Amino acid sequence: MPEQNIIVINGNEFSFELGDTILEVARRNSIDVPTLCHLKGTTPTGACRVCVVEVEGARSLVASCATPAAAGMVVRTESTKVIAARRMVLQLLLSSGNHNCAVSGSAGQNWTEFQLKVQQEEQSAELCPVWGDCKLQDLAFRYQVTAERFSPSQTPYPMETVNPFIVRDFSRCIQCGRCVQACNEVQVNQAIHYGYRGTATKIIAAGDRPYIESDCVFCGECVQVCPVGALVEKDARYRVRPWETKKIHTTCTYCGVGCQLYLHVKDNEVVKVSGVPDVAPNYGSLCVKGRFSYNFINSPDRLTTPLIKENGQFREASWEEALDLVARRLGEIKAEYGPDSIGVLASARITNEENYIAQKFTRAVLQTNSVDHCARL
Amino acid sequence: MTNTIGCIEKADVILITGSNTTENHPVLSSFVKRAVTRKGTKLIVIDPRRIKITRYADKWLRPNLGSDVAWINGMMHVIIKEELYARQYVESRTVGFDEVKAVVEKYTPDYVEAITGIAAQDIIDGARLYAGAARGSILYCMGITQHTTGTDNVKSLANLAMLCGNLGIEGGGVNPLRGQNNVQGACDMGSLPDVYTGYQKVIDPAARQKMAAAWGVDELPDKPGLKVTQMIPAAYEGKLKALYIIGENPLVSDPDLNHCEASFKKLDFLVVQDLFLTETSRTADVVLPSACWAEKNGTFANTERRVQRVRKAVNPPGEAKSDWQIICEIATRMGYPMTYESSRQIMEEIAQVTPSYAGITYDRIEHEGIHWPCPTPEHPGTPILHREQFSSGKGVFNGIEYIPPAEHADEDYPMYLTTGRLLFQYHTGTMTMRTKGLNEIAPECFVEIAPQDARKYEVQEGAFVDIASRRGSIRARIKVSRKAVAGTIFIPFHYAQAAANRLTNAALDPISGIPEYKVCAVKLSKAA
Ligand code: SF4
Ligand code: SF4
Ligand code: SF4
Ligand code: FES
Repeated sequence: MPEQNIIVINGNEFSFELGDTILEVARRNSIDVPTLCHLKGTTPTGACRVCVVEVEGARSLVASCATPAAAGMVVRTESTKVIAARRMVLQLLLSSGNHNCAVSGSAGQNWTEFQLKVQQEEQSAELCPVWGDCKLQDLAFRYQVTAERFSPSQTPYPMETVNPFIVRDFSRCIQCGRCVQACNEVQVNQAIHYGYRGTATKIIAAGDRPYIESDCVFCGECVQVCPVGALVEKDARYRVRPWETKKIHTTCTYCGVGCQLYLHVKDNEVVKVSGVPDVAPNYGSLCVKGRFSYNFINSPDRLTTPLIKENGQFREASWEEALDLVARRLGEIKAEYGPDSIGVLASARITNEENYIAQKFTRAVLQTNSVDHCARL
Repeated sequence: MTNTIGCIEKADVILITGSNTTENHPVLSSFVKRAVTRKGTKLIVIDPRRIKITRYADKWLRPNLGSDVAWINGMMHVIIKEELYARQYVESRTVGFDEVKAVVEKYTPDYVEAITGIAAQDIIDGARLYAGAARGSILYCMGITQHTTGTDNVKSLANLAMLCGNLGIEGGGVNPLRGQNNVQGACDMGSLPDVYTGYQKVIDPAARQKMAAAWGVDELPDKPGLKVTQMIPAAYEGKLKALYIIGENPLVSDPDLNHCEASFKKLDFLVVQDLFLTETSRTADVVLPSACWAEKNGTFANTERRVQRVRKAVNPPGEAKSDWQIICEIATRMGYPMTYESSRQIMEEIAQVTPSYAGITYDRIEHEGIHWPCPTPEHPGTPILHREQFSSGKGVFNGIEYIPPAEHADEDYPMYLTTGRLLFQYHTGTMTMRTKGLNEIAPECFVEIAPQDARKYEVQEGAFVDIASRRGSIRARIKVSRKAVAGTIFIPFHYAQAAANRLTNAALDPISGIPEYKVCAVKLSKAA
């Protein structure tokens, strides 16, 4: 039996399970086949054709993300034919919109004209907002292509900025459909779909209306999976460049799902949040709170010093003074009215370690068991 | 949860009750929606409101508020009568079946229809659907627990799951969805008046001795302390003199706020540690600035008992400090030196004194969290509870009778109020209301009302109304919605300006001490 489930990729034999795609077998064995539209865990669409490979005996190249591995298949992932096809796909994609990163081709006259046009449309003197964080740019570099071979096409649809969280820039959309898969098959919010036909194709929400007027719940899954700069967090757009930030892996502070997320930090400030891919429990998904509600960290309303109330008014105090006061008053009340006259409310918001310390303090120092938290409220 | 979040996608039937899953646990709700749309899993939703998850339901039952024990008993009645239950499982792994059988005898579909308002046939169909599943998962949330009969409701769901052999299997379980990030952890760590870490009881002399030795004290108090819902009345009566609050905002989140405020005023000393001046910290004698989650190291335990890392990403503002550092300094000043170098060192102490956390270290959860119980450093953790046997040996059935909610609609207060949360805000809003975009989408309190009721009271969308209960009144705008069921309004509790908890009833579940947020009687009038 096992011999039948063998496929040859680039001259090496690999075993596979029934139902595996060529791409899955290749990736599992560290063979790097590039993809754009493929989104793990969703139905393959075969939309972009970047993942094409050569299969011996097949009449044309096949999309490895959508083709099941079959016994005896002989596959080449980087043959001359494959590379030529990928270059062609990438060149077409690059010239399909405002892909004004340097790889578009910085040599010729056209570049300057094109760049001016984009800058005017965007009212920004910078290059693409996801420069350095774009799969198309990476692949163009890998396959050494520019957009110059085809004349740039017109931008058919204006940018959408009317919601608080996500900018939809159709001029950079390569119609890979990952956002559609993410919204419908991963988060199952069913807010966006393919609309119109042919060159007019557009990803639409609710009969081509803005996100805010659709079923969109601003989970931002679509932003996270968009390989290019077509969907970008509004607050991070042009503000956050990947090489200026560091990513800290932590746990969401809101509900009990406990999503794993990255805090993107620039100059001691959290400037963006993204889901940690491939890790339980959320495998990269987040909701609107986890992804977009981090402004409170840096709020000017944050307390920065201890406060002591005098005659009904708060005044700032040093830690020394405040801690002394608290320790003294708790000691007095305990002595006068007994340990059970004091209660402590720890919290479902703070860490395990802090809860541990709070109850240890209540029990060992205050000598009462009156410690609880408001979780059930 | 007895099972994992990932397990949800392995169920054949999912039963959701008292959980507005898509708004309160959005990412978890995707597991449910994926199971339904992509794997053909059947979904039963039992909830009075037309919440979004009902769109995915094969069967949606709308019970009257607070009638949960009745419909659960009704389903068990059908399952037992039609012999759909897991006979072998019941015989080999549980005790008390006869007691339940006797109690549910009278809960015929017709009898249950009269109490719950769910059509008899729907009870039968729902029961058959759940019992017919090889793997049935039950998900529930505050809609089940925030009742005077909350403990009964939870036990009833456990009865139902055991009856069908759904506890201890992959894709099954009785799964409470925790509302806040670290409810699970706060309980695990002993921030409860009757237990130390890992639910070791304070009344157990052996546990007491062990903790006293570990903490280096001669003695520890042996009687359980006050629950939060007992502390407030104790303050009112003058028995509780001082309260130390860490990162909570009870003056928006507690029931019957007017009474709660009056109680707080009677305290001799109130200390609050928080990020902001909140409704609660404003009333304090001393406010201590704490670091937020992005500014410190530690762990949270999520709703599936997975202990996960929290990591410091930025420095706290000004002089703010981690909550544990502040408490340690006070303890030290009170003559009990508490010094730790790091949160890691605290976790090492937790592992020493807590059997269920004994095998958990920061190194092991560096990349992915571990589910407790995890008794040794080699133990892989326990994603699914009660696998071979129940932690206490056999699963115990409890025969439970239906008891109506504490408050009823009457002539003076003819409508019911139920409260809850919204997707775009969180708890009392101290954090989310500082995100402009969320406020744009969910700016203010509202009263969700069914179209029939809007007509009856002649109130228009957007008009201000006064809502009053026996305890207080608030003013908010009308939102006519098909989500609401006739006769019942819904108000989100996030907003301090129109705090729904001025209206709610502080009647408590006698065991859990959880108040009945989900049912109270109110009247509605156009704002003058
Ligand atoms: S918006 Fe992004 S993810 Fe969606 S189709 Fe366009 S390029 Fe692909
Ligand atoms: S934000 Fe979420 S709901 Fe909205 S379109 Fe994107 S994936 Fe869909
Ligand atoms: S991202 Fe959303 S679903 Fe995930 S833990 Fe945070 S609040 Fe919960
Ligand atoms: S990745 Fe395979 S077709 Fe796009």
